[in-house]
Amino acid sequence: MPFIPHTETDVAEMLTAIGAPNFDSLFDEIPTELRCGPLAHVPARLTEMEVARLMHGRAHQDRHGLSFIGAGAYEHHIPAAVWEITTRGEFYSAYTPYQAEASQGTLQLLYEFQSMMTALTGMDVSNASMYDGASALAESVLMAERSHAAGKRRVIVPRTLHPLYRKVLFALIDAQCIEIVELPHDASGRTDLAALQAIEAGSFTSLVIPQPNFFGAFEDVDALTDIARDKGAMVIAVVNPVSLALLKPPGEWGATGADIVCGDGQPLGAPLSSGGPYFGFLTARQEFVRQMPGRIVGRTVDLDGKPGFTLTLQAREQHIRRSKATSNICTNQGLLVTAATIHMSLLGAEGLARVASASMRNTGELATLLCEIPGVTRVFDAPGFHEVAIRLPKPVGEVLAALAATEAVAILGGFDLSADYPELGDALLVCATETKTHADLRHFRDALAAVLI
Amino acid sequence: MSNIPAELKYAASHEWIKVEADGTLTIGITDHAQGALGDLVFVEVPKVGRKLAANEACAVVESVKAASDVYAPVAGEVSAVNDALAGAPELLNSDPYNAGWMWKLKPANPADVEALLDAAGYAKVLENA
Repeated sequence: MPFIPHTETDVAEMLTAIGAPNFDSLFDEIPTELRCGPLAHVPARLTEMEVARLMHGRAHQDRHGLSFIGAGAYEHHIPAAVWEITTRGEFYSAYTPYQAEASQGTLQLLYEFQSMMTALTGMDVSNASMYDGASALAESVLMAERSHAAGKRRVIVPRTLHPLYRKVLFALIDAQCIEIVELPHDASGRTDLAALQAIEAGSFTSLVIPQPNFFGAFEDVDALTDIARDKGAMVIAVVNPVSLALLKPPGEWGATGADIVCGDGQPLGAPLSSGGPYFGFLTARQEFVRQMPGRIVGRTVDLDGKPGFTLTLQAREQHIRRSKATSNICTNQGLLVTAATIHMSLLGAEGLARVASASMRNTGELATLLCEIPGVTRVFDAPGFHEVAIRLPKPVGEVLAALAATEAVAILGGFDLSADYPELGDALLVCATETKTHADLRHFRDALAAVLI
Repeated sequence: MSNIPAELKYAASHEWIKVEADGTLTIGITDHAQGALGDLVFVEVPKVGRKLAANEACAVVESVKAASDVYAPVAGEVSAVNDALAGAPELLNSDPYNAGWMWKLKPANPADVEALLDAAGYAKVLENA
């Protein structure tokens, strides 16, 4: 039985007070055709035992194969200690706690997380995390509109940005009358610099730069940053945090560095699990901190001068600023951030760099192996991180289905690009992280050859 | 009792307005307002060139655990802002009527100023609060 504190008498009295005849009449302003009505398609309830049996049955339908799918979420080795520590009772919370300052351990961990993210991205300040990478990007674009001295309500977004990020961005900013202008890519798989040069200076607020981009390719981030800056715009970086162990941090892009950096934290300790839960991160230069969404943990001293941690700059937040808060849709992913912080602590800067190098090397080797097969070629020639687009001589959907049916060890062969990028033809995005061995890579090549020949 | 200079105009929402020789309005928050808010830690002023409607919320003053909107007393265009407040919000506490000015406004209709409160009128607002 749900806990509903209002009795029928309470409800009747409240309806009388506001002059509504009954509860349903409160929804009269929603047109009938928009209401879902009774949930006829939801089956009757099941017991816990029945649900467990149903779900185990469905889980068995999955074949546990070798995954070469990246496209925004990546399979990395997670040390066993990460989730052993994360799920201790002291840490096991989905959010920042209420009465936050009573939980000094949680606040210290979030403070360490923020310090790690500012170090990785080359920014001054970080928040305590966001819902996911795509919503962190939408928040970054809104933050830029608030921060820019002459917000133009227009953002330039390359077509090489993750297609789902572009969809989420549209969903969250279109109704706020912020226009999205798409930048094409050139034949090498990188954003077309000339197309950006052609856009009128002063006509847009911010430029989004994905690094690496959705095809795994390295964008010319220095040139993009400098062009955007020349045109009076802010620069928002969307990055893979693991890649930053090797790449120049966005704070050092071009002559000035980026202004806001965001991305998805999943590669830092979160396992692949049907799309989530993952977490987003958002860092920025100090001058924009008042416009940042989300929680920020600060280090301070108590009355006796002893160090302690506290939520800081809370006047940006919805419990104080209400409808004028910097965001009313952001959320903090405490548990995933706990895992990420422990993951990064255990790997260290050198460990993270080795993960990044091994993933990059494996993907390069995979591309070479796959392109040994007649008719298989690379779509682009730009150098990249741990993903690469390859073109197949057969429709991608059929090939992926056949690979998934491979005997002995099934293969999840990559992300089919044909729906989001029809202009690329039969193109497949593949990824090989440090989790793949040479034998795994050769197994993929042999299986693909068998399917294609 | 808070300081209410006689030569200024006022809004009931606790802004003061000084009519400059060229007709521009200089705007800030009153001594009473800064006292009620306590130590200010951040001030957000409107962007130069922004066109404001009368009574539009266009600035924010933030103390340690509260944030309040500041309103445009009359319609007009922002012509200058006090950049010193970004680094020294405490100027609003220490010198609300001079160094703590917030922004200057070119009024859309100069006669609108006549409808604002004078010092005696604002003192009554405070008495009745």
